Amino acid sequence: MNVEQIILIFVAASVTNNFVLTYFLGICPFIGVSNKVESAVGLGVATTFVMTMAATFTWLIYHYILVPNGLVFLQYVTFIIVIASFVQFVEMVIRKISPALYKALGIFLPLITTNCAILGLTLFMVLRDYTFIEAVIFGLGAGVGFTLALVLMAGIREELEFADVPDSLKGAGITLILAGMLALSFMGFGGLISG
Amino acid sequence: MLKDVVKGLWRENPIFVQVLGMCPALAVTTRSIFGLSMGMATTFVLVSSSVVVSLIRKAVPPQVRIPMYTVVIATFVTAADYFLKANFFEISKALGPYVPLIVVNCLILGRAEAFASKNGVLRSFLDAAGMGIGFTAGLVILGSARELLGAGSLFGVRVMGEGFTNWIIMVLPAGAFITLGLLVGVFNLADQKIKKDTACHVTEKSG
Repeated sequence: MNVEQIILIFVAASVTNNFVLTYFLGICPFIGVSNKVESAVGLGVATTFVMTMAATFTWLIYHYILVPNGLVFLQYVTFIIVIASFVQFVEMVIRKISPALYKALGIFLPLITTNCAILGLTLFMVLRDYTFIEAVIFGLGAGVGFTLALVLMAGIREELEFADVPDSLKGAGITLILAGMLALSFMGFGGLISG
Repeated sequence: MLKDVVKGLWRENPIFVQVLGMCPALAVTTRSIFGLSMGMATTFVLVSSSVVVSLIRKAVPPQVRIPMYTVVIATFVTAADYFLKANFFEISKALGPYVPLIVVNCLILGRAEAFASKNGVLRSFLDAAGMGIGFTAGLVILGSARELLGAGSLFGVRVMGEGFTNWIIMVLPAGAFITLGLLVGVFNLADQKIKKDTACHVTEKSG
C-alpha cells in the first residue's frame, strides 16, 4: 500500500472527478439545500460522515458476507439498508447536538438515504475493486468533494439573490446553468492528475 | 382517470417541472439511445414498484414504510439490471452504475410516498405510467439535444452536414447542466405562454 496511490484516490474523488460535477451524483441536495452557506456546510459534513461509514461497512459486508456466500445479487438491497441505518443514526446525533441545524436541514437530512452520491460511491467501490484502505479514503474524498461543491454553490447562490434573472430561468434553471459553469471551471483541475 | 396519466407528461413533468431524478437525467444523456433505455428501465421500476406499494399500502406500518418501499424498489431494480445485462450488454455497460442507481432515484420513492401509498392499484399504475413516460420523454429530448450538438447525430445516425464541428462541451458534464438549465427555461416559458393565452381567451369571452 503506497501513500502516493492513497493521495491520488483522495484528490481524484474530491476534485478532479468531483461526484457532483462530473458524475452527477447528489444533485437533489445540491439544488435543494445550497441556498445558505451554513446549512450547506452542515449537510456536507453529515454526508461526508455517512459516506465514509457506508464505504467502510459495505466493503466489509461485500467482501466477507456477500461474496463468500454467493449472494452478490443482494448487493443493492444490502447497501441501501446499511446506508439507511447510518442516516438514521446521524439524524439522531444531529438532533441531540444541534437542534438548530436539525431544523435548518429539515427534509434533506432523511433524504441523505436517497442521495445517489452515497449508493453511487459504494457501487464505484465495488466496480473498481478497491482494497479496504482505498475504499475508506475514497469515501472520505468523495464526501469532501461533495461538501466543496455544495458550499461553493451556496456561496454563488447567496450572491444570486441580487441578480436580475429572467423569469423563466428562476429557480432550477439558473441553478443548473451555474452548476454547468462550475463544472467547466472544475475541468481546469483535470491536468492535476495524469493517468 | 386520464388526468392521472396526462399530468406526468406536462404539468408535473418529472424532469422539467419537478426537477427530480437528476442523476440519470444528466449522466446518461450523452446519446439519445442511452436516454431512451434509461427512461424505459426507470419506467419499468416505477410502474412495478408503484403497483406493489399500492397493494401492500394497508399492511405496512407507517414507521417503517420508507425502508419497505426502498426494498421493494431495490428488488425491481435488481431485476431490471440483470435483464439489461443479459439482453442488452452494450447498453448496460455504457449506463454502468447508473442502472443500479435507479434505486435512489427520488422520482420513484417520491411517487410511492406521495401517490401509490394513498391510492388504489389502477390509479397508481396510471400515475406511474404517466410519470415514467414524461421522464423518458425528458431524457430523450435532453439526449437528442446533446447528441445533435455534441456529435452531430441522432440515435447514432449522422444528421449534421460535413462542415459541422462537434461541440465537445455538450457531451461533457458541463454541457449536461447547461442544456438542462436552458431546457427548463424553455419549458417554463412555453408553460407561461399557454397559461397566458388561455387566460386571455377567458377574459375575451367574459368581456
